[in-house]
Amino acid sequence: MRVALFIPCFVDQLFPNAGIAMVTVLRRLNVDVYYPQEQTCCGQPAFNTGYWDEARTLAKRYCEIFAGADAVVCPSGSCTAMVRNFYPELLGAQSSIPRTYEFAEFLVKQLGVTDVGAKFPARVTYHDSCHALRELRLKDEPRQLLRKVQGLELLEMDQAETCCGFGGTFSVKFPMISYAMDEVKVTSIQKTGAEYVVSGDSSCLMQIDGYLRRQNLPIKTISLAEVLAST
Amino acid sequence: MTTASEQFLRDAATKTADLRHRAVIQKNIGSYDAAVTRGKSRYADWQNARSRAAAIKWETINHLDRYLEQFERNVLENGGHVFWAETAVDAREHVLLLARRHGVRKVVKSKSMTTEEIHLNEALETAGIHTVETDLGEYICQIRGEPPYHIVTPVMHLTKADIAQTFQEKLGTPPTDSAEELAMIARVRLRHEFMTADMGITGANFAIADTGMIAITENEGNARLSFSLPRVHVAIVGIEKLIPHFEDLALFWPLLSTSGTGQAITAYSSLIGGPRQGCEVDGPQEFHVILLDNGRTKLLADAEQRDALHCIRCGACLNTCPIYKNIGGHAYGTTYQGPIGSVITPHLRDAREWSHLPYSSSLCGACTDVCPVRIDLHHHLLHNRRNAIQHKFDSPIQRLLFGVWLWTMQSSIRYAVAAKLGRLALRLGLAQPLLKPWTAKREFPTPPKQSFKDYWRRHGPRT
Repeated sequence: MRVALFIPCFVDQLFPNAGIAMVTVLRRLNVDVYYPQEQTCCGQPAFNTGYWDEARTLAKRYCEIFAGADAVVCPSGSCTAMVRNFYPELLGAQSSIPRTYEFAEFLVKQLGVTDVGAKFPARVTYHDSCHALRELRLKDEPRQLLRKVQGLELLEMDQAETCCGFGGTFSVKFPMISYAMDEVKVTSIQKTGAEYVVSGDSSCLMQIDGYLRRQNLPIKTISLAEVLAST
Repeated sequence: MTTASEQFLRDAATKTADLRHRAVIQKNIGSYDAAVTRGKSRYADWQNARSRAAAIKWETINHLDRYLEQFERNVLENGGHVFWAETAVDAREHVLLLARRHGVRKVVKSKSMTTEEIHLNEALETAGIHTVETDLGEYICQIRGEPPYHIVTPVMHLTKADIAQTFQEKLGTPPTDSAEELAMIARVRLRHEFMTADMGITGANFAIADTGMIAITENEGNARLSFSLPRVHVAIVGIEKLIPHFEDLALFWPLLSTSGTGQAITAYSSLIGGPRQGCEVDGPQEFHVILLDNGRTKLLADAEQRDALHCIRCGACLNTCPIYKNIGGHAYGTTYQGPIGSVITPHLRDAREWSHLPYSSSLCGACTDVCPVRIDLHHHLLHNRRNAIQHKFDSPIQRLLFGVWLWTMQSSIRYAVAAKLGRLALRLGLAQPLLKPWTAKREFPTPPKQSFKDYWRRHGPRT
């Protein structure tokens, strides 16, 4: 099986380590990965703003680029949801859309792996990204992976399923609401006593980290892939 | 003139900065959450109940013409009257006509969002008819001169102390911290109003096609007094309130109360089948149903979003919405707040004026998960956004930006060059002003020197 990597623009440009860590883990599990150089963006920013024609152009482009892959793996629940749940709406239910999986989902549900041989001695709490949780219905998969990480103590926060307030352009168009949501999220994280917030979506982590650093709080953010790549 | 969108931004900013306000609603919604969790645990299969309810509503809304006419025939047969109101003006004028015909000087009202929607109280007061809200929450709203803050819980934003202070200021009652005493203050005043009212106005939670009855759900008994004591009862019913069969209530009554308040069933559940019959000693002499369209048929004509008419107004989507929990109900400036309001308001009212509401969501989808009639709420927000762009409600600058963005994203080379320049500008601190709304209260990450693309070119492919 040849697995294509889809590294969303956001991860590519701002959080490449999440993508690199995903490659490390997949290779450790002897997965044959390749990276189609032509890829750019799945089209979600346009789609969510209402520019569906523009999004459709990029959706078609994605389908062409990844057409030959047995599977596509992506370090983002949000962009995976865009491809799996919204491309059919843009391109028609009959269209052929490359089978795209979120990273944790691919490990647990496709490869059947929960122990990736990682070691990360720290107290962590997991933030569910809305798209992974409610569009892809991934709740337990990332936690199954974290529970098998050596030395890691998983602490659940009371607001794990509450949105962090990012929402793409929402956080720029309605910054005060987005900020209040961020505050609710961070308060819930703080109550756990965790040293790290882990998530499958770097955009959520950017939102949370932006608040933590401005407030000089000692909690760090890290992607699930980077935790799983640690040894 | 301030537009609805500017007003929304201003109010949202004020409300999110008001930490006391946020603490009050989060506490009140917290008790709601606990009650609803208990309520749902009484169901053997909550998801199946939702699916069943959605299927019944789907059938009703997709054959609404038939069910409405059946309902009308049965109301008439039971001795009631039906008026079809196409607009809010039609509905208000009909109420005023009935009031004049019966020499009405005082109206008692039970809680009804449709009457809020058509601004009935103002119309009645202007016509010189004394109008009294009898639901405790609505009564408090009325004496404060505020619209309801929430479609189910009109004063969710107030504490017991706030209510005591309102009563003290507006009614001159002594200060108290006892909920019982506060309720008694309202009860004594309202009892007198019930006894002297000429007309009772209610909404309806359900209108039952095969019996011509309306069903009313409440916890205070005020609705029952409102429709049974005065000479004339007028019920203002949105056309989407129909359910086909009497038996469907067995599903819908508990579903509404479980999602609305966590109760298995509300304290008072009433069925009204017409005016006082010959052998009966009480009840109104006349029973009028006003079937209200007011934009609903526009939504009905939209096959994609028609399921928004499934709504039974339980308020669950408001209570779970992280936006609602932070800005509260008044900031929306609409009759129907929260996710359902942001879905339907652009359809029921002016699509351009209210086009900001579908955007004021992070699309987290929590609303869709809790909706007891499975309305695809957050996807309808996306549909509304697409409609807004199709109708060119966007700014020319935004349109241009997305055009340039698309051109860039269609080539991996253009993308890589633009992104590299962007990262450089960020590292030099040149691009930060553009991100100001975001960075005003948050730190933007320092972009890395190399992108994933750069990494892969150097180290990625195995040789």
